[in-house]
Amino acid sequence: MNILVCVKRVPDPAENEIEISSDGSDIEREDLVYSVNEWDNYAVEEAIQIREQHGGSVTVVSVGEEESEEVLRREMAMGADQGILVSDDAFEGSDGRGIATILKAVAESGDYDLILTGAQSDEGAAQIGGMLAAMLDQPYASLVNEIQVQGGTKLQVGREIEGGNQEVSEIELPCVLSIQSGINEPRYVGIRGIRKVSGVEIPEKEASDLGLSEDQVGQKAARVKRVDYFHPEMGEGAEILEGSTEEVAEKLVELLKSKGGMK
Amino acid sequence: MSRQIFAYIEHNDGAVEDSAFELIKVAEQMDPQAQVTALLFGSGQELEDACQHAASIYPQVWKVDKQEHSYPNAELIRPQLVNLLPADAVVLAPFDTFGMDLTPGLAIKLDSAHVSDIVGLDGVDGDTLKAVRQEYGGQVHTHVHCDLSGGAVLSVRGGVFPASEGGQEGQVADKTSDAGEVQAGRRFLEVREAEVGEVDITKEDILVSIGRGIEEEDNIEIAQELAEAMGGVVSCSRPVVDAKWMEKSRQVGTSGMTVKPKIYLAMGISGSFQHMGGVKGNPFIVAVNKNASAPIFQVAHVGVVEDMLEFAPVLTEKIQEMK
Amino acid sequence: MEHALIPPAEIAILGIPGMVLALLISVVGIAAFGYIIARRLIPLAKGASDPRFDRFPTRIKNVLLYWLAQYKQPRYRLAGILHIVIFIGFLILAIRSISLVIIGIYPEFVFPGLDGTAGTIYGVLKDYAATAVLIACVIAGVRRGFFKPDRYKVPAKYGKEHTWEAIFVLGLIGGLMVFESLFEATAVAAQVQQGAGAELIAPLSLGWLFSVVLGQVPVPALQSMHAASYFLHDIVFFFFLCYLPFGKHFHVISSIFNVIFSKLDRGRIKPVQWGVSDEELDNLDAFGVRYLEDFTWKHMLDFYTCVDCGRCSDNCPANAVGRPLSPRFISIKARDEMFDRFPVLGEIKPREPLMGRVFEEDAIWSCTTCGACEEECPVMNEYIDKMVDLRRAMVEEGQVPQSLQKPLGALEKRGNPYGKTEKKRLEWTQSLPEEIQVRVAGSKDQPATLYFPDSATSFDERLQDIARSSATILHYCGEDFGILGKAERDSGHEVRRFGEEMLFQTLRDANTQAMDKSGAQRVVTSDPHAYNALTKDYENIPPAQHMSQYILEKIQSGAIKLRPMQEEASVVTYHDPCYMGRHNLLYDTPRRILDAIPGLTRVEMERSRDSSFCCGGGGLMLFYEPPEEEERMGQKRARMIAETGADLVVSCCPFCLTNLEDGIKTSGMEGKVRIMDLTELVARHLDWDQTESPEAAESTGSST
Repeated sequence: MNILVCVKRVPDPAENEIEISSDGSDIEREDLVYSVNEWDNYAVEEAIQIREQHGGSVTVVSVGEEESEEVLRREMAMGADQGILVSDDAFEGSDGRGIATILKAVAESGDYDLILTGAQSDEGAAQIGGMLAAMLDQPYASLVNEIQVQGGTKLQVGREIEGGNQEVSEIELPCVLSIQSGINEPRYVGIRGIRKVSGVEIPEKEASDLGLSEDQVGQKAARVKRVDYFHPEMGEGAEILEGSTEEVAEKLVELLKSKGGMK
Repeated sequence: MSRQIFAYIEHNDGAVEDSAFELIKVAEQMDPQAQVTALLFGSGQELEDACQHAASIYPQVWKVDKQEHSYPNAELIRPQLVNLLPADAVVLAPFDTFGMDLTPGLAIKLDSAHVSDIVGLDGVDGDTLKAVRQEYGGQVHTHVHCDLSGGAVLSVRGGVFPASEGGQEGQVADKTSDAGEVQAGRRFLEVREAEVGEVDITKEDILVSIGRGIEEEDNIEIAQELAEAMGGVVSCSRPVVDAKWMEKSRQVGTSGMTVKPKIYLAMGISGSFQHMGGVKGNPFIVAVNKNASAPIFQVAHVGVVEDMLEFAPVLTEKIQEMK
Repeated sequence: MEHALIPPAEIAILGIPGMVLALLISVVGIAAFGYIIARRLIPLAKGASDPRFDRFPTRIKNVLLYWLAQYKQPRYRLAGILHIVIFIGFLILAIRSISLVIIGIYPEFVFPGLDGTAGTIYGVLKDYAATAVLIACVIAGVRRGFFKPDRYKVPAKYGKEHTWEAIFVLGLIGGLMVFESLFEATAVAAQVQQGAGAELIAPLSLGWLFSVVLGQVPVPALQSMHAASYFLHDIVFFFFLCYLPFGKHFHVISSIFNVIFSKLDRGRIKPVQWGVSDEELDNLDAFGVRYLEDFTWKHMLDFYTCVDCGRCSDNCPANAVGRPLSPRFISIKARDEMFDRFPVLGEIKPREPLMGRVFEEDAIWSCTTCGACEEECPVMNEYIDKMVDLRRAMVEEGQVPQSLQKPLGALEKRGNPYGKTEKKRLEWTQSLPEEIQVRVAGSKDQPATLYFPDSATSFDERLQDIARSSATILHYCGEDFGILGKAERDSGHEVRRFGEEMLFQTLRDANTQAMDKSGAQRVVTSDPHAYNALTKDYENIPPAQHMSQYILEKIQSGAIKLRPMQEEASVVTYHDPCYMGRHNLLYDTPRRILDAIPGLTRVEMERSRDSSFCCGGGGLMLFYEPPEEEERMGQKRARMIAETGADLVVSCCPFCLTNLEDGIKTSGMEGKVRIMDLTELVARHLDWDQTESPEAAESTGSST
């Protein structure tokens, strides 16, 4: 099975405290450390496991700045066979549809039986996989936490749904799946592993290589635009509730209610 | 001209989900004059009951009644929605595990804009919708502008918008024949229930987390009752697991689970960074600790300086009274 | 000399001359033994290189101490004494046995140097030795067969009981003793009967007993017994020799070599591959031990030499708390793999990965590298280097537990396992009193002394008090000191020991560079793990000291004056951190500091000094989650602390503080026992009246 996995380079939430720049136009990027989006990493591990059992190849693709090459290398060190970096100034400001359009062009330039994305990334939109599937006219399942290959034409997949339950479906190949964290235990990639693949050529594609024009991708084509970042009003430190136990409890109940802390 | 706004309604056992009450409020915030149409897919009497329920909230209800829709499969529903909806429709849906399956592809098929996980609205200015989202697991908020001119599919986070009181007497229209064929490359097989007693604290919105202040294993019941009253579950810090009073899967912290709740009620937890390192997603943190200098009060939004063992039962009682 | 009985060489058995028979037995025995040993050496020849041919004076000293003097044996009293008796007896009787074998061929043979008086003395000595060995064998046999000490039990998952093997070998040894004595006794009995001057036979020895019992037996019968006991001795002797390399008794042959070539560098980790420099590492195809042959020849010799005595596992803290690790079975299972893949008879089998088959991943991750096993091993087997080599291979394969991947990722990106931003390394300095200035060393500001807190002490709120106490002490001493601040990286001590060598080197190089830039003359650290890293794993950095060494120096020079005991504690006990004690032999330094506090009463735990019980491990071990664990090491240790009756335990390692504090709280001893770091205790007892900045006294050690 030939598998394409879409990965994104993001500020690692475990190793950063995200702060907003003074004018709100961006987050503070100076002190940030980046890594591959956690969900994407699960997707790559899953793809590698499928290849290990059923043969085929794993290709990782990333749309982003030149630095995205580092996450492609990491995933290749993990075991992906090849990487594709898609980078062009024209992609700047793309909305989800723009990114999916770029990935569609990548998917069509190869021959893939299965396309995996992470369930979501830093922006938390959880939309690329579903958009890509629709553009490719392929079936789609989101939040996949189990994949079983059934012959060469279909998969049995489990989706994580509310209450920790699992929804089991059969899906025809080729298809697109968005992978939920916890589907597997991704293998460790050490510095040595990355060095081993440091010499491997990663082809870089631009808009023109993929036959994409300005009205399809980038700022101009975007119908959804992020205007700024902000923090909603919130006090500093704990506001200590005063009064008798009863009074304090009553105040707290009101507060919890307003914060959705009661179901 | 008022926009055509549709709300995708999830339902269960003949009743609509809570999101149905919130989506209409979202639509009203966008356009107070909007004639909002509820969209329900399902089959038989259950669908019929759900439609009646929806008609008490929405002026107009469209139903698609097919045996295949008895369990909602976004892959089957999406093409039918495309058949039914006008090109520039604004479609609202909940941002949940079904919504995530449905909406991104729907936006593409309708050639509409897509905004997911909306947590706030700043109104509509011409063709521009001003919405609020969160990024980085809730660490920052963003203002987002969405072009509505070609239609839009918007998914909305549950529990952040107010709920409608209902009181509508809407009309139910059967659109089954207009919706076309039901066919998809994905076939639903079954739902496997989570194992009994197995609670995934990483997926819970409300956590009552207990620490050393619980003192004895028998006292866990106090926290359990509070969590039940709040609609959450009990999690804990390391010493509680070390004492083997709770399972490892309930432990929050760098050596335990990373949780992303909306509400984190820390009871008798001092708040070491190993513990707080497991609390992500910028939840509303309430600390209850008898030690006023416990570090937890520095990270909490609201603090109560009391012995949790005395405070928790009072709080439980108040919640039940005031709910 | 006239023989009272015909010597075995000169009688005929089944028509075969005795001499021929004896020769035949010897030739067959020696050839078989030679072949077996040659086969056993094959895997060693295929093993990785390991330079152990240096520092011979030290190596010979080790042989005299640990092999000949059996130095570690008495750590287990009864077993140790029995072993010493059997060992010494064996040494004495080896000469006799060899003589006996040769006598069968040359009846007049006398062992060189053992004629005349020396021979007589030797004769007495060996009679008693044989008796003592036989008694020891009987006691040992009864102990193994009936009392079955727990230490020897073999859990089902690790294989089969070997009690029968132990008793069988004890039987063989006993047999040798009996036949030898009988051989001698029959001759003496015959001499006595014939009225000839009997050879001296030691009174009350086994031989003497036999000679008395056999006193009335007719000479022809004595003759038969004489010959029979001779050949039985001969056969048992060679059988025993050839049997040794098939099990745990291989140590009879291999232990001397194992001790000669034992590791001489405490606390150090072997390089990925001996003879390959750090720069050349990228050229290696693979890191670590994946297949048996990836072990070094010495590590394989360790496996052969393992006596299966169980002392390592008996002392292993991971084993004690029910983690899936038993060092004993690391050796035994590897040895069995060697026997299986490289059999004495038959073909050598192809290699297969060890992990998942011979070893379990979690067993290997469970090791805290505390070194208790190595300290205890009577034959000087190594474990830590093997663990590290096995981990290196797992890291290479990506088989790293999820609980460790997070901190490793953070170490790579942020230089600390918590994923905290670099600037937060300075946070602990903020709550120091104003007059204690902690400078940031760099190209602009170059203090002479660098204080290196390392990650845990820098970031963990509780542990930051150790950093503040250290800074207070340095300030008190008027030290010109600073820290690396943002430029500091984790020392990488555990990173290396968890098998992530390249990440370790990255961290080490960053620290080395920063230290170089700082122009510091020396480094002090309050973390024994960092101390061990800086002194053993780093090169080209200024000399490093642990805070306790610094403090003791200053106490001895009079620069530090301590006030009488201020704490409410009535009795204090000291917990030896593994990387202070076993790995660096700093047992007395911290104890002397404690004793320098007037009015402090100190008691010892039963497991202290080199048998100290690990608190649970440091660095990455804090993050590791073993799949099985009955209780935490810290809890077990807390009970040991409580047993002393002490109400204050002092350690000098941030991880001991964390783990033991946790252990005390979770085992219900809160309020009964407190724990403090040595720096905290010293900082609170500094006598500020003797220095220039008394105002600092008010604010030191206030946070807990």
